[in-house]
Amino acid sequence: MTAAYRARAMADAGLVGIAGECALCHPSGALWFPDLRLLAVSDLHLEKGSALARRGVLVPPYDTATTLLRLQAVIAEYEPRIVVSLGDSFHDGWGAERLAAPFREKLELLIAGREWFWIAGNHDPDAPTGLPGDAVRELAVGRLRFRHEPSLHEAEGEVAGHLHPCARIVQRGRSIRRRCFAGDGRRMIMPAFGAYTGSLNVLESAYHGLFDHGRLMAYLLGAHRIFALPGSMLRPG
Amino acid sequence: MTAEPRSTEPELSARLPEPFVKWFAGKGWSPRAHQLELLARSQAGQSTLLIAPTGAGKTLAGFLPSLTELAERGTRRPGEPRRGVHTLYISPLKALAVDIERNLGKPVQEIGLPVTIETRTGDTPAHKRQRQKLAPPDILLTTPEQLALLIAGSDARRFFEDLRYVVLDELHSLVTSKRGHLLSLGLARLRSFRPDLRAIGLSATVAEPDELRRWLVSQSQSSEAGYGTMPSATAPMAGLVTVAGGAKPEISILESQERVPWAGHSARYAIPEIYDQIRRHKTTLLFVNTRSQAELLFQELWQVNEDSLPIALHHGSLDAGQRRRVEKAMAENALRAIVATSTLDLGIDWGDVDLVIHVGAPKGASRLAQRIGRANHRMDEPSKAILIPANRFEVLECRAALDANYLGAQDTPPLLAGSLDVLAQHVLGTACAAPFDADQLYAEVTSAAPYAYLPRTEFDRVVDFVATGGYALKGYERYARIRKTKEGLWRIAHPRVAQQYRLNVGTIVEMPELNVRYVRQGRMTGHGGRVLGKVEEYFAETLRPGDNFLFAGKVLRFEGIRENECYVSSGGASAQVIVPSYAGGKFPLSTYLADQVRGMLADPGRWQALPEQVSDWLRLQKEKSMLPRPGDLLVETFPRADRYFMVCYPFEGRLAHQTLGMLLTRRLERKHAHPLGFVATDYSLAVWALEDMGALFAAQQPSLGQLFDEDMLGDDLEEWLNDSWMLKRMFRNCAVISGLIEKRFPGQEKTGRQVTVSADLIYDVLRSHEPDHILLQATRADAQAGLLDVRRLADMLSRIKGRIVHKRLEQISPLAVPVMLEIGRETVNGAANESLLMEAADLVSEAMGDVDDASPARNGPSVVLHGTAAKSARTGRKGVGTADYGRRSMRRG
Repeated sequence: MTAAYRARAMADAGLVGIAGECALCHPSGALWFPDLRLLAVSDLHLEKGSALARRGVLVPPYDTATTLLRLQAVIAEYEPRIVVSLGDSFHDGWGAERLAAPFREKLELLIAGREWFWIAGNHDPDAPTGLPGDAVRELAVGRLRFRHEPSLHEAEGEVAGHLHPCARIVQRGRSIRRRCFAGDGRRMIMPAFGAYTGSLNVLESAYHGLFDHGRLMAYLLGAHRIFALPGSMLRPG
Repeated sequence: MTAEPRSTEPELSARLPEPFVKWFAGKGWSPRAHQLELLARSQAGQSTLLIAPTGAGKTLAGFLPSLTELAERGTRRPGEPRRGVHTLYISPLKALAVDIERNLGKPVQEIGLPVTIETRTGDTPAHKRQRQKLAPPDILLTTPEQLALLIAGSDARRFFEDLRYVVLDELHSLVTSKRGHLLSLGLARLRSFRPDLRAIGLSATVAEPDELRRWLVSQSQSSEAGYGTMPSATAPMAGLVTVAGGAKPEISILESQERVPWAGHSARYAIPEIYDQIRRHKTTLLFVNTRSQAELLFQELWQVNEDSLPIALHHGSLDAGQRRRVEKAMAENALRAIVATSTLDLGIDWGDVDLVIHVGAPKGASRLAQRIGRANHRMDEPSKAILIPANRFEVLECRAALDANYLGAQDTPPLLAGSLDVLAQHVLGTACAAPFDADQLYAEVTSAAPYAYLPRTEFDRVVDFVATGGYALKGYERYARIRKTKEGLWRIAHPRVAQQYRLNVGTIVEMPELNVRYVRQGRMTGHGGRVLGKVEEYFAETLRPGDNFLFAGKVLRFEGIRENECYVSSGGASAQVIVPSYAGGKFPLSTYLADQVRGMLADPGRWQALPEQVSDWLRLQKEKSMLPRPGDLLVETFPRADRYFMVCYPFEGRLAHQTLGMLLTRRLERKHAHPLGFVATDYSLAVWALEDMGALFAAQQPSLGQLFDEDMLGDDLEEWLNDSWMLKRMFRNCAVISGLIEKRFPGQEKTGRQVTVSADLIYDVLRSHEPDHILLQATRADAQAGLLDVRRLADMLSRIKGRIVHKRLEQISPLAVPVMLEIGRETVNGAANESLLMEAADLVSEAMGDVDDASPARNGPSVVLHGTAAKSARTGRKGVGTADYGRRSMRRG
């Protein structure tokens, strides 16, 4: 068995290396660092439904409930010690205020007993009003750097969100697009976790300069597993 | 010719003003009986439905009442107040409105009538629309969407205050769709402005004329029964004038000297014979069932066009300018042949067409009758038509259609209760025009035939939906789009709501499409390049730069996609040319024809009428396997390569067979037959598996009776439907039509995907949180109505109960060949995305096992195949075994 084959078997299982740190991509879109007992989620965009409703687009007001259920499920699975929400946790600066009481209570229950970090995002630069947890701009854990927007210069160990990556392949004449983790071994960009979040192809210009293209891998979210595909197989659009 | 107006009421007499009498006489004509009858009824204040075949002078009949009234009214004297629109003409096609303007202009000019005629469509420039509002023409020719926009204007009541007539063209085709629902509500609105308004419906022959007669007039008396129940016999109806059909068309099936292929839809074998027919006629109209077939046929014809005959292409995806040029050339008789799809289907009657060729099987009778009506537009001469079956089953279908004298029959679908998403749009539009009173609007809405039985509670839910989304979780009160005033009227909450409404009006939700624009080869900047038309986004997304594809009759080289444009350059002569596939446009075989085909199969006495190669094929089938009796379902099983196949022949159409295939494989999976995939045609269905299904059926594990039991339409269907792309697409349509989400416009490029919420996400969330929400209710109603194939499947399953004949064979049977040839041509359907992803990922893994020390990026195998080129080797691999692999290894970690 070759080294490449072993790497491949790992990739198929959703296991990735980020600056030497081992992590596992979960089909929900969360990233689990077993050694650190740290769970990262990105771009929850809570209360996006009500934000749209303010503009007259009356989408169903159930997105927050859905996103929190997913979050609850993945937290129950791993029982993390540390949870990092990588920014844009709320769709706008008033999102936390609009949060209905039952959801607020649910969030508080999830946070209780863990270290919980709210990383500032462009949608929610300030700390979420009235919620426990530490609001920070960035978080450094060992060689890892958790921040919302990927930076052009500090690739090594960066875990970021913001771009909502998705990847597209064409197989048997069918175009399949899925949200994905995108990484090149140094940096990892996480998919958006929220129920109403859209996505942007990893081959778009917004990602220029972020990856070593020869090593880019996309970890597509399947219903029950991750599908790891090399950048060379991906299509734009 | 037999023009026989039927009337049960006392004779009315028409007043035809002097100039008209002279005009007819000058032409050497006399007004036809149905024209006078319609005029008399209109002059007596009645609304009327005119049913006539093409060529019967329907258009002139429809406008005669307005023209005579306008002639008598005379010109406006100075100082007299400006007059509003007198007659509104509504057609389903923009092209038809343009055509009518031309055709009507002629008599108006010749008679010397002081009448202004103008069109108003989506293409009308803004300054002209503005002017039309200030100085309306006497006759306005428009579309249902434009009517919706006009009545949502704050000046609607004034604009229509002089309206006397509404002429509704091609009514039979309008009423069966959501556009028809929107139009019926618009008509109700117009009637509330002008209760004495007369509606004139023009229609081709339909199965149930009374449905259209009710549709034309106010139904306000009938409101006790439940929504969707049968209308009572006393429901008000418009008058009826019927013109019997003209001379019977001469229809033949091409007796080809060539070998008729087993499968496929291109009819390539018959090209020289088709070309020969074109040469021998003045103008030939060639109809095909899909746009892809149109492109292919056009290309093939040009390859044999040694005389350089002017042959043109016309289909809905081509650039509008291009289509107008073809239509004009046609009107001027400058073309020898036109290859067309349904965009030319409706009553556009231009040029001296003396032959209609229909490539492919007719599929439905009304459709073919309409198409053949194109030829020879004088109704007393027989039209001439040739059917070209593209494969052997189509030979049977064409023959069955002719034998059954089917073309006189009508298979128009039944009218359905008005949809709620359309109502939501109308309610919002009404509020945009002026604040409304809910009781009054309810009365008005239920005066429209499709909504005549709408319960008040449903109506109130729709109003609630328009206001705040109608969710059980009340959170959006402060964001309401319409609010109740102190006086109890509903008014829009903000002017922005009206702007949003105007951008989203209409019921036609297009598949996202990209402009096809010329650029220089290898360039990705498209400044100034010509736009050829549109392709659907999902097709463009399957192309790679350098791929050649057929579009607008040209071989184009795909360069790339930028925002909403698909860049192309002139293609080379590559051997591999891809033909775009388009969603929709595939009509199922009608139930009646399916019956006829089954009958013909079972009766060797009728095979004489078939070409020898086809009857030989059936004889061979009888010898090697068997032919099912008309009521039976034949199921064949046989091994082939390392697989086991099951082929059955229900003849219920491709969509029904796809649904059946999906449900059968679910069952076979549970019975451990390890099905790998299936493929469906209009006539048959093939499923393949790892286990010998023949042996399983013989051992009753399961029996065929169990396998085909009707209960598959219960939970299995429900579960599959909920996740199917079809229901999601229907939901998207309902969401856009009802105004929940906004239409996507060109220019809102894909980079916007991060910000917008896709309908799929909303569907998933709504389904899990509020499954009985009104939009899901509307979606399910659409699914029940639209997925006729499910109903057909249900009928079929109950029909074949106890009548399934199993034939175990050692090898493939002759009848099975066509469907087997489709394997590998068809893309795998339905929920197979996961297995396709798995396939892609596995291929990478496999390749990694074979090579030493290679980075996946550089040596990843090229596995990207286009659908038509893909081989069947790995179709439908199952991935259940590794489904939770990720999680297991996680726990170890």
